[in-house]
Amino acid sequence: MEALRTDSKQEIHPMENLLRMDRMPHIWCPTCGIGIAVTAFTAALEKAKIDPNTVSIVSGIGCTGRVAGYVKLDSFHTTHGRPIAFATGIKVASPKTKVVVFSGDGDLIAIGGNHFIHAARRNIDMLVVCVNNFIYAMTGGQVAPTTPLAAYATTSPYGCVEPPFNIPYLADSSGAVYVARWTTLHVRRLTNSLTEALQKKGFAVVEAISPCGMYYSRINRLGDGLDMMRFYHDNVEIRHGEDTKNLDIGFQTKIICGKFVDRERPSYMERYNQWLSDVKTAGRRSGGQRGSRK
Amino acid sequence: MKADKNGVLSGSHVLSGNQACAEGALAAGCRFLGLYPIVPSIEISERFLERAPQVGATFIQMEDEVSALAAVLGASWTGKKSMTVTSGPGLSLMMEHLGLGVMLETPCVIADIQGVGPGLGLPTHPAQGDMMQARWGSHGDYEIVALAPSSPQEMFDYTIKAFNFSERYRIPVAIMSDAHVARLKETVLIPPADQINVEPRRYYEGAKDSYLPFKRDKDFVPRMVDIGQGYRFHVTGLTHDDRGYPIMFEECQEYNVHPLVWKIRQAADKIVEVQETDTDEADVVVVSYGATSRAALKAIKQARDSGIKVGSLKLVTVWPFPEKRVAELAKRARAFVVPEMNCGQVVLEVERNTYGEANVFFVPHGDNGVEHTEDILSAIKQASQTNVAKSGIIELA
Repeated sequence: MEALRTDSKQEIHPMENLLRMDRMPHIWCPTCGIGIAVTAFTAALEKAKIDPNTVSIVSGIGCTGRVAGYVKLDSFHTTHGRPIAFATGIKVASPKTKVVVFSGDGDLIAIGGNHFIHAARRNIDMLVVCVNNFIYAMTGGQVAPTTPLAAYATTSPYGCVEPPFNIPYLADSSGAVYVARWTTLHVRRLTNSLTEALQKKGFAVVEAISPCGMYYSRINRLGDGLDMMRFYHDNVEIRHGEDTKNLDIGFQTKIICGKFVDRERPSYMERYNQWLSDVKTAGRRSGGQRGSRK
Repeated sequence: MKADKNGVLSGSHVLSGNQACAEGALAAGCRFLGLYPIVPSIEISERFLERAPQVGATFIQMEDEVSALAAVLGASWTGKKSMTVTSGPGLSLMMEHLGLGVMLETPCVIADIQGVGPGLGLPTHPAQGDMMQARWGSHGDYEIVALAPSSPQEMFDYTIKAFNFSERYRIPVAIMSDAHVARLKETVLIPPADQINVEPRRYYEGAKDSYLPFKRDKDFVPRMVDIGQGYRFHVTGLTHDDRGYPIMFEECQEYNVHPLVWKIRQAADKIVEVQETDTDEADVVVVSYGATSRAALKAIKQARDSGIKVGSLKLVTVWPFPEKRVAELAKRARAFVVPEMNCGQVVLEVERNTYGEANVFFVPHGDNGVEHTEDILSAIKQASQTNVAKSGIIELA
């Protein structure tokens, strides 16, 4: 150990080439899982051997919304709920760009829910990493569309009365071609899923369940982030290929993780380019298999 | 820079205002349209989509106007000139990303074909009720440019102007048309590509590792780069420094946001454009814009024929407003007449800039869409007979 220390006087972060080190320290609380998700993502970028210069990352608002500001890629910190819409513009205008949306559950599933399902329906080439901490943390712990029934939040002081969204089911039924869920305890599996999803053509969704030691677990008296990690360790069940209908998460109930969907479907750009080449060869009114229409 | 020949449909064509707007966009080099259908702007999208494969433009119909403008902002950062088209209710939804476009200093164009509001209003009828919204409808302090075409030819010309302003100053620019001009069909002369001036994007040309996305030139406008070129830059809608990093202090708010305002205000003399006729000797000056100008010009001619000294100040750019020119004219003219298809928006600016030195007569919304020539004519007559300067706006029924 001594030898190691004298060899490298200055400690270098192993992911330094993909992080904005001039912005450290980051704003995330101790025991928050977002940093782990970012580490998994940067590791996946390297594993998938993707040239970082070709990647654009877009985030919305919230704790996870800050991710775009910490990764050294072409990065956009946009409006609340709209990163998928912004990223859609990038992808359609510049199809060679690898587009990643990194945001939270409130951003992507509540205010951005409409953009989420429509991007999935279109099968836009895009990786969506949704960090799910069951709560609006940036604003101090309000109830989210993912807050489990009966869980407390500052805006559900008597326990949450709304059933939460099951994110993999929403993504699956809207048309996503790749859907996986892990917790930030499952770093290796999360990294592998992100690597696969980065190489997938079409709309890929990876949900990363993350502890929120500052709000969700405190207001619900679940201990700190480490206790949450212990809970994940004891209560996560890995079931690859599980029907996404069965992936509801209750308050402190079993969490099913795994890769649930991995299928092929023509992406938006594939269909768009097919239409374009049909138009160019056959003229506007007789494009594709629609037949002539006079 | 001259226009790309590929997008310019040179020649004489009979086009509706909406079609001319689409042709103007293509001539200006617009290669991305993010849209959400809304009456009465649809023909712009339809024309653009029809022509897109020929010129290599792309488009997408999004799920709402919020995402349509979001996609346009994203597309603009890929290096493509981008636009969206909408009407009042859509413009309301776009306010969120108009503000983001201002903060990220992203060039883009929004064509707003105004219908009658508020709420759902009369979507198919013309109005000019979105003028103030176009100026400051999004939260926070900012300045943008808004143009008001009054004919299909101007829809073509001003759309090119709009793209040029958006690239020159890195701002969203609004084309404030209305249902009347949008549907009107007239001859539009599209010049050869080498006679159309197109403002190129002002790119950063220094070392890759020393690029600062918001380091301003002397004119307060920063230089841009495209994604995918290896700059690996960051931009945020939060208050930020030259690096594009969020800085949550009030000092930075001043450092960041004041230039957003001043880059337009200090260039106002260069941006502001009006068309004037006979104003130097005029007792009465009619200030008009958009479709209303058509009725106003006719009324002015009739008034002159009957011996009234009346001039016309037609606004090409409504925002920034020609403050200096109105103040100058106020010293000489007895009165201003301002017809608008609303309950009084731009007239407030006219009145403010007269500094009490001239009467201001307001001719509100005609009862059937476009302003009536007779109403404007009777206002001109009344204005020419009123000697004493009265404070405030005199509204005529």
